[in-house]
Amino acid sequence: MSAPPSEAGSHHPPTLTAHLRATTGVNVAACYQCGKCSAGCPMAVETALRPHDVMRLAASEQRERLLAAESLWLCLTCEACTARCPNGCDPARVIDALREEAAHQAPRAIGAFHRSFLDQIRAFGRSFELGLVMTYKLRSGKLTQDVTTAPGLLGRGKLKLVPHPIAGVSDVRRIFRACEKEEA
Amino acid sequence: MRIGYYPGCSLHATARELDESLRAVASALDLELQELDDWSCCGATSGHATNHLLSLALPARNLALAEAQGHDRVLAPCAACYNRLATARHEIAADAALAARVARVLERPFANRVTVANLVEVLRELGPAITARAGRSLAGLKVACYYGCLLVRPAAVVGFDDPEQPTSMEDVVRAAGATPVAWQMRLECCGGAFSLARTASVVRLGRAILDDARRAGAEALVVACPMCHSNLDFRQSAMLERGEKPLPVLYLSELVGLALGIAPDTLGLQRHFVDARPLAARAAAEVH
Repeated sequence: MSAPPSEAGSHHPPTLTAHLRATTGVNVAACYQCGKCSAGCPMAVETALRPHDVMRLAASEQRERLLAAESLWLCLTCEACTARCPNGCDPARVIDALREEAAHQAPRAIGAFHRSFLDQIRAFGRSFELGLVMTYKLRSGKLTQDVTTAPGLLGRGKLKLVPHPIAGVSDVRRIFRACEKEEA
Repeated sequence: MRIGYYPGCSLHATARELDESLRAVASALDLELQELDDWSCCGATSGHATNHLLSLALPARNLALAEAQGHDRVLAPCAACYNRLATARHEIAADAALAARVARVLERPFANRVTVANLVEVLRELGPAITARAGRSLAGLKVACYYGCLLVRPAAVVGFDDPEQPTSMEDVVRAAGATPVAWQMRLECCGGAFSLARTASVVRLGRAILDDARRAGAEALVVACPMCHSNLDFRQSAMLERGEKPLPVLYLSELVGLALGIAPDTLGLQRHFVDARPLAARAAAEVH
């Protein structure tokens, strides 16, 4: 990926639109606000910012407002917006890039679920669902959520009680470290 | 036929019956599944939502393992894993600078030569063999084929079927002798990875999908993704408590397995939350 030269000592290219263009290839200014993306968005009824709002705010350099928006983290990446954009704008990819940028600025922006999920991969090389649920509960404070459903999962043989780290778990951890360093 | 097999994390846990039914069906149809040695998680949603390079490097590790283990094609039955593996393959092939960055973090030989297949396309290829061996046990069974998001989108990455008017699942259902219904919600998202973090959203989205399938006269929903199954079967238990009518959710491989006369317990039907065994018993009764 060919990022344009950034200002000395500065992590960011000068503008948000330039940053998005460099990281995703998308020119957010090409969005003409038809709203087709938001019409097909399954989460639009729950989010303050819909996909076409995200595109408009990005095009108008509303960096702080966008990066602080909870709406970014409510995107399911179902890709309906991207599949239907008549001008090839790829809102799903733009939202991923904005989430990554928000996480750069404040690692806490990454919610309890994603942090817990990535912890499992780092620890075992694979996702360990019981560990994910327990870590997520502790992080989110939702301690009683799903306590009645766990026996159902267990009884159906769907819940492993002990994680089995893969042989190459150190290789996976090294990939995590290398990617974090590359993206820093 | 022999193919590399990337089960992904779900198939070793909450989606065990997808692994069990696929292995039983593959064995019946002479498809040899060779599980990749030492495979790791694809990174899933949490990977791509937080670190783009990581979201490519984690799948690339598995594609590199497949290459080293002598495969030219890998089957990823989980639609989410399939999508991440196919996306990594696509993006790395399209961007030499990105490919160099992935190679730098991977630290192992990787030529990006392996193609990635999903459950539906592999079963569709096996369609004639399924029809040849299927009895008439599923005749008259009406099912709604649910694609969700990750099997057909984005079209540039997956491209095995039309992103708005797909037909591949219906083809497999017909090959197995059942009848697909026409309905509207086949491509709407079920809430994906939000099962734990935003259960209310998943229940809202799931209810609309289940209602539409019932309205179209479906007796079961057919899926090809562990997240879809969990959101529509496991999370349906909350809806049933409020008196809603149960709609069994079958993996496509389970439906094919029933058509081939494989025992429901071998296919893992006892692991569902919404009991699918009455459907299986009806199918078995049709045979005799």
